[in-house]
Amino acid sequence: MDKNQLNNHRTILFRYALLQLRDETVAEDAVQETLLAALQAGDSFRSESAVRTWLIGILKHKIADHYRAAEKYHSIEKTASGDEDDSNEALEQLIFNGKGHWIGTSSAWKNPDHALEQDEFWHVFDWCQKNLPKQHARAFMLREMVGLEMEDICQDMNISHNACRVNLHRARLGLRECLEQRWFNPKRPL
Amino acid sequence: MKSCKDISELLSESMERRLTWRERWAVRLHFFMCRSCSRFQQQVHFLRKAAGRFYPHENDKNQPS
Repeated sequence: MDKNQLNNHRTILFRYALLQLRDETVAEDAVQETLLAALQAGDSFRSESAVRTWLIGILKHKIADHYRAAEKYHSIEKTASGDEDDSNEALEQLIFNGKGHWIGTSSAWKNPDHALEQDEFWHVFDWCQKNLPKQHARAFMLREMVGLEMEDICQDMNISHNACRVNLHRARLGLRECLEQRWFNPKRPL
Repeated sequence: MKSCKDISELLSESMERRLTWRERWAVRLHFFMCRSCSRFQQQVHFLRKAAGRFYPHENDKNQPS
């Protein structure tokens, strides 16, 4: 593998690291270390996606190292995954009625592409995705921001294919709902 | 007859795999009666577009007002 190939993966790796670490310098370091480790290993891979999976595997170790080091100074908040099911049910009950029909009649999103050019929109988007249940946000992030395929997401999160599918569906419902209420068609004062 | 919830699941899945012709037919039929679901399809595509451009900043602590 040459340097150019590695650089192609840098952007993706950086996104992945930044979403987990939330600090550009730390993320940049983790990516740098990953690429160095990869260059040293320097083996040939058949496909680009195999390389991507391999690199993300290394990066995950670097991120874990970072958290282990940080844990000596701060006690890291452990995720309370037990509560997630309740909030999942709650989300669906807010969106669909007993017969599975949408509760609110949404209006069309006007000029969605225009939103992408506004800084305010990105604050809302960030806020919305941070407020998804952690598993949903993670599946969505791996799929849509990092660009992994389903298999890799299931493996990364250590969940079944079905759980993965459900997480993605709920993430999309949740994000849609949040953007609808907070950006495209705000109805009530928030 | 599939509900909006079922259709929304299929629409989400269509972002990961090609739906079977039976599923595509169910979706198309449903769209005739339900505008919310056809909007959902567009919104799911928009979410992909937005997520692909999203760049998280560490100091983004602003909440929407």
